[in-house]
Amino acid sequence: MINVIADIGSIALGKLIRMGEALLMLLQAIVVKPKLSSISRLIQQLYIVGVQSLVIILVSALFIGMVLGLQGYTLLSAYGSEQAVGQMVALTLVRELSPVVAALLFAGRAGSALTAEIGLMKATEQLASLEMFGVDPLHRIVAPRFWAGMISLPLLVAIFSLVGIYGGYLVAVDWLGVYGGSYWGNMQQAVDFNEDVLNGMVKAVVFAFLISWTALYQGYSCIPTSQGISAATTRTVVYSSLAILGFDFILTALMFGGTI
Amino acid sequence: MKKRWLELSVGLMMVAGIAALITLAIQVSGGSMSRNADHYTVTALFENAAGLSPKAKVTMAGVVVGEVVSVGIDPYALKAQVHMKIDGQVNYLSIDTSASILTSGLLGEKYVGLTVGAEEDVLVDGDVIEDTQSALVLEDLIGQFLLNFGDNT
Repeated sequence: MINVIADIGSIALGKLIRMGEALLMLLQAIVVKPKLSSISRLIQQLYIVGVQSLVIILVSALFIGMVLGLQGYTLLSAYGSEQAVGQMVALTLVRELSPVVAALLFAGRAGSALTAEIGLMKATEQLASLEMFGVDPLHRIVAPRFWAGMISLPLLVAIFSLVGIYGGYLVAVDWLGVYGGSYWGNMQQAVDFNEDVLNGMVKAVVFAFLISWTALYQGYSCIPTSQGISAATTRTVVYSSLAILGFDFILTALMFGGTI
Repeated sequence: MKKRWLELSVGLMMVAGIAALITLAIQVSGGSMSRNADHYTVTALFENAAGLSPKAKVTMAGVVVGEVVSVGIDPYALKAQVHMKIDGQVNYLSIDTSASILTSGLLGEKYVGLTVGAEEDVLVDGDVIEDTQSALVLEDLIGQFLLNFGDNT
């Protein structure tokens, strides 16, 4: 009995130590005087993390918007109020679906790649050799990737929302014959910029932080073997997906749950 | 050349993201009206403003001329007090203008319709519209219908 409690304690302490390690890694990486020469490394990472994720974001945003338009139309036309489909599509996307789906895709597309890359650098002792040269791998390797994630995801979320709304427009207005003026009109009346769009962006920033942090820490602390890297990559996707969904509920409750 | 392409694509992504955010602000959340600084505020007192919410349209002859800013209770008249922001260019609403709460479609959104009267004087900032027609409450209508129906038999 005592042993069981001691085991629980040691597991909890282990988790706490890892959290502390992760926080220290992040602080050491980002609390630094920015240098002009690091801009080019940031741009390179923005390309890898952000631009290369654009295709999957655009395609899934278009299809999700189209599905929302179609489902909204079939549901709302039963009540003869299919002109509210624009409002439904826009609010669903801007408040919930864009940040969450884009973040989940981003975790799978970019987060896992970051973990694998840094894990392999560790396994091939590139990080150790950087330290031998007197270069801090946290500043050189971790920091640009972290900022690239933080900058990319909010931009991708904004693009996701807009493409999704036009996807809904394509289905509802062009194919199913909802009047275009009421698609936009209802939407503009229902969507508030501060309340809906900016809160969606706040979610995107929080998710970007969670994904980048998880991915970089898992890569940086992985066991430097092929199995260790694969386990760390899996953990990145699982942990960041769970964190996204959990934090999404908390953020939604804080932002929109005031009337409960 | 490779480097140039990389910078170009990153720049394009940033521009696209920021443009998407601006489009969301203007096209999706309809921020153009609120940025229009030239407007004046009038208040209308309704017996019943059920279903009217801030940002609802204010129309005149079916054309949007403003939006509802807030809906509250007037503690003295014990009526619903609806503050409306009217486009500054629409400066020809006479003081006997009447306001009614209308519905677009059976289940559509509520909006305020203004009907201009015959007086020479026009509404200015802070004026109150007295002549109002309340929102149509479906339950009251059905109740009235049933009452009439009962009388006939």
